[in-house]
Amino acid sequence: MSKPADVTDSEWEKEVLNSTAPVLVDFWAPWCGPCRMVAPIVEELADEYAGKVRFFKLNTDDNMETTSKYGIRSIPTLIVFKGGQIVDQIIGFRPKSDLKRSLEKALA
Amino acid sequence: MAEREYDIVIAGGGPAGLAAGLYAARGRYRTVLLEKGVVGGQISLTELVENYPGVPSVNGFDLAQTMLKQAESHGMETAYVQATALERAGPAWRVRTNEDGFLAKAVILTSGAEYNKLGVPGEERLTGRGVSYCATCDAAFFKGQEVAVIGGGDSALDEGLFTTRFADKVTVIHRRAELRASRILQERAFANAKMQFVWNTVVTEIVGDDQVSTLRLRNVVSGEESELPVAGVFVFIGQHPNTEFLKGMLKMDAGGHVLVDDWMATKLSGLFAAGDVRQNSARQVATSVGDGVTAAIAADHYISDNFPD
Repeated sequence: MSKPADVTDSEWEKEVLNSTAPVLVDFWAPWCGPCRMVAPIVEELADEYAGKVRFFKLNTDDNMETTSKYGIRSIPTLIVFKGGQIVDQIIGFRPKSDLKRSLEKALA
Repeated sequence: MAEREYDIVIAGGGPAGLAAGLYAARGRYRTVLLEKGVVGGQISLTELVENYPGVPSVNGFDLAQTMLKQAESHGMETAYVQATALERAGPAWRVRTNEDGFLAKAVILTSGAEYNKLGVPGEERLTGRGVSYCATCDAAFFKGQEVAVIGGGDSALDEGLFTTRFADKVTVIHRRAELRASRILQERAFANAKMQFVWNTVVTEIVGDDQVSTLRLRNVVSGEESELPVAGVFVFIGQHPNTEFLKGMLKMDAGGHVLVDDWMATKLSGLFAAGDVRQNSARQVATSVGDGVTAAIAADHYISDNFPD
């Protein structure tokens, strides 16, 4: 299992924006029920896309700067980045097939 | 797409469906629960459930997960698919979904209800970008900001009061001149210095580029139009049962609720409905659980009587 690593405000630029591979970031918080449904799906995707896409999760309670920079108003929100740019933004719980489509878009 | 065969298919994974699943699986029926999103339905978005007897206080998501594990430990299967149609297949039923089809001797509809939308320009585009239907989920992102709550019932005040923990100002916008909410919530809301009220007013548009910035309002008495700058808008204007996919097949009331008898049986043999989806539901976790159990027992009797081994 390649579990998504935690990313923080201070590591954001290095890990996410400067990444050469596409990146998926799962914005979550401990109090958010649906976030806990999304997490295992993101873990499965992290396995399936190992080596192709990098996976992170960001705790919105502890990382207010990035959370407000990206205008997060609802979680779970997943954002897919490529070359530091947003390729896709998925708000709320969605089935795995939808998430795969977003990743394929970033890999295309 | 494959077709999968079961004794009992349960369409919807809220408390009614989870309780039905527990009884059906424990009764040694091959049982599958269909869920399109998050198991638990509306309670998975509830911060605290404090009125489920025997459980003093529990997070809604945790309660749903416990119910799911309990049902699965007795053999219930879960499929994350969305039911799209229901049809007769000889003596059995077929549930079509966005993926596999499911054949069953009995079907229990537990598809629940979801919140109504305003249906105004900007609402869909800005959902999750300031438009929300769940304060307990999203209010934390409005720290120190001004937001609006639309509606005048219990949910509107309850969630509005919750939002004052984070927001500086919460404006309740209601289309009538008085609230429908229970007395105790009204007292709390009127006593809260952060809460303000705008009466006889409806939202005509939600404005914002990437984020909600302004609401366009119209006073339904004077016809006067105005604008209210807000960072967020929480919509609580009632709910509707998820019965779109059953239209034309089943008897429903004007609100789209399925009509059932005391055993949760519809007029169609082998088809049951339980929880928020049925007419006259009290819409509580405890009553939905009771409905689900009743439906599972009725389905058990129905299968024993009509499908002798």
